[in-house]
Amino acid sequence: MKLYFKYFALHLKSQMQYKITFALNILGRIVMSFATVTGVLFMLTRFHEVDGFTVSQVLLCTSVVSMAFSVAEVFARGFDIFPQLLGNGEFDRALVRPRGIIFQILASHIEFIRLGIFMQAAAVLCYAIPKSGVNWTPNKIVTLVLMITCGAAVFFGLYIVYASFAFFTTEGLEFMNILTHGGREFGRYPFAIYGGGVLKFLTYIVPLALFQYYPLLYLLGRTQNSFYMLAPILALVFLIPCYAFFRAGLRRYKSTGS
Amino acid sequence: MITLTNINKTFKIAKRQAGFGRAVKALFSREYTLIRALNDVSFSIADGEMVGYIGPNGAGKSTTIKIMCGILTPDRGECVIDGRTPWRNRVAHVREIGVVFGQRSQLWWDVPIIDSFELIRDIYKTDAKTYQNSLDELTALLDLSELLKTPARSLSLGQRMRCEIAASLIHNPKILFLDEPTIGLDAVSKIAVRQFIKKLNAERGTTVILTTHDMQDIEALTRRILLIGKGRILLDGSLDELKKRSTERKTLVVEYIGNAPVLCEGMTPCETREGRVVITLDPVILSVSDAITRLAAQVSLTDVSVLDVSAEEMVAGLYKEYEI
Repeated sequence: MKLYFKYFALHLKSQMQYKITFALNILGRIVMSFATVTGVLFMLTRFHEVDGFTVSQVLLCTSVVSMAFSVAEVFARGFDIFPQLLGNGEFDRALVRPRGIIFQILASHIEFIRLGIFMQAAAVLCYAIPKSGVNWTPNKIVTLVLMITCGAAVFFGLYIVYASFAFFTTEGLEFMNILTHGGREFGRYPFAIYGGGVLKFLTYIVPLALFQYYPLLYLLGRTQNSFYMLAPILALVFLIPCYAFFRAGLRRYKSTGS
Repeated sequence: MITLTNINKTFKIAKRQAGFGRAVKALFSREYTLIRALNDVSFSIADGEMVGYIGPNGAGKSTTIKIMCGILTPDRGECVIDGRTPWRNRVAHVREIGVVFGQRSQLWWDVPIIDSFELIRDIYKTDAKTYQNSLDELTALLDLSELLKTPARSLSLGQRMRCEIAASLIHNPKILFLDEPTIGLDAVSKIAVRQFIKKLNAERGTTVILTTHDMQDIEALTRRILLIGKGRILLDGSLDELKKRSTERKTLVVEYIGNAPVLCEGMTPCETREGRVVITLDPVILSVSDAITRLAAQVSLTDVSVLDVSAEEMVAGLYKEYEI
């Protein structure tokens, strides 16, 4: 962990070498991500509510998913650009160093400019929290924190899956974007609005709904079931197959080269 | 001590064909070509030895290095380095080795070199005292004192290579793998790098395994050469031995006036220009004096010089001989 902070400090230092670029990039991302919010607002000014969720409630959902996604984007950047690491030999470098592979990939790429989305989402969240009609109790605050952290973990898992595919093929990896970027885009609205099939898929296969839809119901007081509150923790189970898949890919890499 | 016994490695390469129809077909049934990258490779290298590993592109040099570094697992065969199998005890193994990939950097682009070094120190958990000694020594030997505070992006290639090599040695490895360390460097930097490697080997007793296409590297550094071609070790011997083998061949540089001379058996032209021809001579077939007599009979010679074959030509000759 100490080593991670060393990496962290070094990333900060090198990205601060170009302060203006850095600032403009962050600003750009904040502006850009407002498009997402305005999209939601336009929709809801026409329909007033989606599936019984009010504007502020949907914004709550939007911002939670955006925050989770951007945390993953900042910290799991190494997995996001993994095919590149395989191509330029950086991955081989990681293999000749006496540290865990996943650790090294995580630590070797941290992209702070992607925090822009996080800041914007946090602002929206601050707006939505008082207006969403949630009766805030300590339990609900814990739920909110779980939604964001476990959400980030699920997106992280998806990035690992993406990276693992890169061990097998370098083509057609874009389909994974449906789950990562798509997850964020569609996650603007509670997943239930897309129908039962999608909801089941996002519950049992790729557990995006476990940190979004179910705990949201708990937050809004639509259910008292504390299972819904803890659903985000259940979503962490998803990391196990992701990790296993990565190991399998790594084994293949070691036997094939590239 | 490094021992490789019957290492085999085959790569499966998907055949790719042009055209959309075939690309679609390839989605369902792929054709593979098997490439035997390494075919029963065996050799051993003692502690403190310095070995040049040569061969044409695609001969299997990098694959062997990658196996010895623990990056790749071979299909068959054993590789034991100081009692460890690289791909089984990766973490324990890589702690003891240093690797320089000549064409790839491990330095951080935008921060001073010293920051990269300190991070590497922490990655390898090198204690403060060892690190300081190591750093002082490397700074003196590679003349880095001016460079340490500069970010890698503002260094020249030669300066950066010196820093790369230092970065791979901070943790005091027993074995150093150098994959084309002098590629793209100017003459001064090449000489600096060579001198350093020599010193390192003499003073720290580090085992050095070097791949290169630059025969001057080999001439300057290594006594022992391993020649690999088409995945097989073709030759394992000293540079001197090799030279002896091929000094039988001579190079004849002839300048003349008149029409180009007709060459007879035993003479192979290397370079022909108006008024000048470079010939490789096989003295078994044709002696030097006979060759000159024959040439003199055809043209009027203005200058003749007889040279031993250079390391470069020698290796080219070997590649030819083994058809690799």
